[in-house]
Amino acid sequence: MGMWYWWTLLGMALVTYIPRAFPLTFLEGKELPPVVSGVLRNIPYAVLGALIFPAILYVQQDNLLFGLIGAAVAFSLAFLFSNVMIVVLGTIGVLAVYSLIF
Amino acid sequence: MNKNSFLSGLKAGVSIAIGYFPVALTFGLLAKTTGLSIWEATAMSIFVYAGAAQYMSLTLISKGVDPILIVLNTFVVNIRHFLMTAALNEKMQSEKRWVKGIYAFGITDESFSVLATQKESKIATPFAFGVAVIAYSSWVIFTAVGHVIGANLPAFLQAAMSIALYAMFVGLLVPSMRGNRKVVMLALVAAVINGFFYWTGLLSTGWSILVATLVSSILIEIIYAKRGKNLPKGA
Repeated sequence: MGMWYWWTLLGMALVTYIPRAFPLTFLEGKELPPVVSGVLRNIPYAVLGALIFPAILYVQQDNLLFGLIGAAVAFSLAFLFSNVMIVVLGTIGVLAVYSLIF
Repeated sequence: MNKNSFLSGLKAGVSIAIGYFPVALTFGLLAKTTGLSIWEATAMSIFVYAGAAQYMSLTLISKGVDPILIVLNTFVVNIRHFLMTAALNEKMQSEKRWVKGIYAFGITDESFSVLATQKESKIATPFAFGVAVIAYSSWVIFTAVGHVIGANLPAFLQAAMSIALYAMFVGLLVPSMRGNRKVVMLALVAAVINGFFYWTGLLSTGWSILVATLVSSILIEIIYAKRGKNLPKGA
């Protein structure tokens, strides 16, 4: 790659940093209207719903069953234990065994 | 800096570090096959630090796409972080702007999810640094490692670990859903809308997540506000 690569990198770094930093620094100490902060408080749970579905089904693009099993195991473990590490390692473990067998 | 909350931040970020491991390893490997040197590949992880955008840039670079379009695409993919950091700001301890400007660099889908689902009403700044540091280290280090070893994990492990970040999202969401119908509705509505955009192909992933999140958050807020007016307090 030539010099253009480093300029591209600089551009990518800037446009990635701005959406991260602007709200956190600009909104510091500002009191938002209750309606707006109500909506903002909802965002984490809505984001999680959108991040999980449907992408979890397609972690192995050619194998929908793999994603389905992974999703089922992750949700079951999450209902049983409120510990994120157990959910992550348990799901990896079950899928590792599954991939070894099939 | 409060050492204890920095350490609990590191601990809370371990599942992100595990999840980034296979993704960063593969990125390093793909960067190598795209023709990037180890410095070029690792520098991208150091300075850009955005999984989806970095993967896409490799495809665009290999196709010889105009650098300006690569930068624009990166912006579009990451525009959803405006929404996440605005939401996160409500939950973060008040802090000097330049300090927030530093840990803001470490906000990704994953670190946002970990921070925003903490039970404490306010999150201490060192905790955010802890989460950011461990996740970022994993991303940068395993990018370099992937480029150096130029190979992937054994196939079965690579496949199994591809679920890690999603399992983490599930592990963060489900405990909050318990006994909280509003949380269930928020996640469900956003998932359905996102699925709609995915299968119809109407929006690309970055926009789709943004729109699904915003529509769900506003819609559910309106429904609950209306109910709040009709029902006595506490019902």
